[in-house]
Amino acid sequence: MKSITRQKPFSEVVQLLDRFDRVYIIGCGTCATMARTGGRDEVLEMKNRLQETGKLVTGWTVIPTACDEMTEAAARENEGAIKNANCSLVMACALGVHRVNSYLNNKAVIPALDTLFIGMEDSPGNFYEACAQCGQCVLGETAGICPLTACNKGLLNGPCGGTNNGKCEVDKEKDCAFTLIYQRLKEQGRLDLMRKYHPPKNYQVVPRPRIINLG
Amino acid sequence: MISNFKQALNSGKFVVTSEIGPPKGTNIEQMLHHIDLLKNRVDALNVTDHQSSVMRFPSIGGCLAIKEKGGEPILQVTCRDRNRLALQAELLLAHTRNVRNVLCLTGDAVPVGDHKEAKGIFDLDSVQLLRTIRQMETGKDSGGNDLNGAVEFCAGAIVTPEANPIEPQLIKFEKKVEAGAEFFQTQAIYDLDKFAKFMQYARQFPVKILAGIVLLSSARMAKYMTDNVPGINVPQDLIDELAGAPKGGAIRKGIEIAGRMVAALKKDSICDGVHIMAINREEVVPEILALAGL
Ligand code: SF4
Ligand code: SF4
Repeated sequence: MKSITRQKPFSEVVQLLDRFDRVYIIGCGTCATMARTGGRDEVLEMKNRLQETGKLVTGWTVIPTACDEMTEAAARENEGAIKNANCSLVMACALGVHRVNSYLNNKAVIPALDTLFIGMEDSPGNFYEACAQCGQCVLGETAGICPLTACNKGLLNGPCGGTNNGKCEVDKEKDCAFTLIYQRLKEQGRLDLMRKYHPPKNYQVVPRPRIINLG
Repeated sequence: MISNFKQALNSGKFVVTSEIGPPKGTNIEQMLHHIDLLKNRVDALNVTDHQSSVMRFPSIGGCLAIKEKGGEPILQVTCRDRNRLALQAELLLAHTRNVRNVLCLTGDAVPVGDHKEAKGIFDLDSVQLLRTIRQMETGKDSGGNDLNGAVEFCAGAIVTPEANPIEPQLIKFEKKVEAGAEFFQTQAIYDLDKFAKFMQYARQFPVKILAGIVLLSSARMAKYMTDNVPGINVPQDLIDELAGAPKGGAIRKGIEIAGRMVAALKKDSICDGVHIMAINREEVVPEILALAGL
C-alpha cells in the first residue's frame, strides 16, 4: 500500500512560493521515493530548478517516512536551516505535509505534490485505488471488489448502461467493476448476492470532520 | 390521477414515445417547435436530462413546456447531478405541475461530458431512485419523514437487451422491476430476432417494454455506434443497405429502416411499443410513424 502522488506543475510550485525567497525542501524516503516524486533525486532537481529561479535554498532533507513521528526529530535536527528559510516545500504526500505542518506551525508549509489516492500494487509499478475509506464496507457482498473505487459512479446495485464488453464507460482500458464483481461472485457460487438490493449509502457514519478518540 | 401515458400503457395499444433534447442556452424556439410537431403524434415525450453529461436546459423545464402545450411529458431524472434531497424536491415539483411520468436513470459519467472536472454525485442509483419514488407515494420521504402531500408517478427505467455480458444487465433489470418500474425503454435495437428472444424473457415480468429505435443517418454512423456505443449492434445487412443508398439518400434509407422496424414490431406484437430517438432530427419522427402506419 502506498500513497500515490504526482508532482505539481513547476509553474504552480513557483506561484505557491511567490512570496518566499528562502526555501527549505523536505522529501520522503517511502511512498514519494517509490513514486519518484519526492525522493533524493527529485529533491535535488527541485533545489536546482528553484535556485535557477533565484530562490535561496537554505537546505534539504529526505525524511525516512514523512508521515510518522520521526518527522519531529528530523525537524529538530535541521532546525537551523529550517529557521533560516521562510517556508518549507514538502515533496511528500499530503499526510507528510500535515505532519510537517504540525511541527512548523509558525512557518508556511507548501506542498509540491498532489496526493492522488492510496494505491495497492497488483503488478510491478501498477497501482490501483482499493479503498476510499467510505465508512461502511460492502466488500463482503461484492466478492472483495470495491464498487466505490472500482466503479466511476460508485454504484451499488449493478452496472450502469455505459458498461461495454466488460469495460467501463469512462475508459475502454479499464474493467467495469460490475463485470469483475459478477465474474468473481459467479466463480464463488454467490451470484445471488448480486440480486440483493443495496439501500442508499450512509455517507455520515462518521460525519466530517472525522475524528475518533480511541484512547 | 392516472397519467395519460400510463393509461395508454394499460390500454393494450401499441404505445409510441419520442424524445426532446433541450437546448444549451435560453433559446428554446427549436425545442418548442419540436414539441408542437410531435405532441399529438405520440403518447408521450421524454425530455432528456443533461444527456451525455452535457449541461443544458433542464428536463423539468422541457416537461413544463410540453404540459403548457397540452402534451404528455416523461421527466428523465438522472442521479449524476443531484443528491437525494434535490432529487426528491424535483419530484415534488413535478407532481404539483402534473408531470406524472418519470424515467429513472443512473446518468452518464461526468468525464464523458462537457464539464469534465465537475463532481459526479450518484448519491442514489437508478434502483434506489425507483424505490424512493415508491416510498414517496406512501407519504414518506427517503429518510422516513412524513410528507405533507404524497406523490404519484408512472415510473420507468431503461434496459440494454444486447449488453455484453448480459447476465449482470438482466439482474439489474429484475432489481428495477422489483423496485417498482412499470415500463422500460430499451437501448437502440436493430436485430429483431435477438430482440424477440429478449422479449420472451421480459414477458414473464409485469412491465411494459418500449423498444428503442434510433434513427440511422448513414452507414458510417451505424458502424460508429456498433463500435462505440454500449449494447448497440447494427447488423451488417443494415449497414450495407445504408451504404447502398444513392448519394445524399442515406438519411431517407434510415427513415425507411426505422419505419420498417416499428411496423414489424407492431405487426407481430413483439413488444408493447416503441421509443423513437431521432437525436437532433426530431422533425423526421412523423415520417417514421407514417411509414410504420401509425
Ligand atoms: S466499500 Fe470500498 S471504500 Fe468502503 S470501506 Fe470497503 S473497500 Fe473501502
Ligand atoms: S461502466 Fe461499470 S464501472 Fe464504469 S461507471 Fe458504469 S457501472 Fe461503473
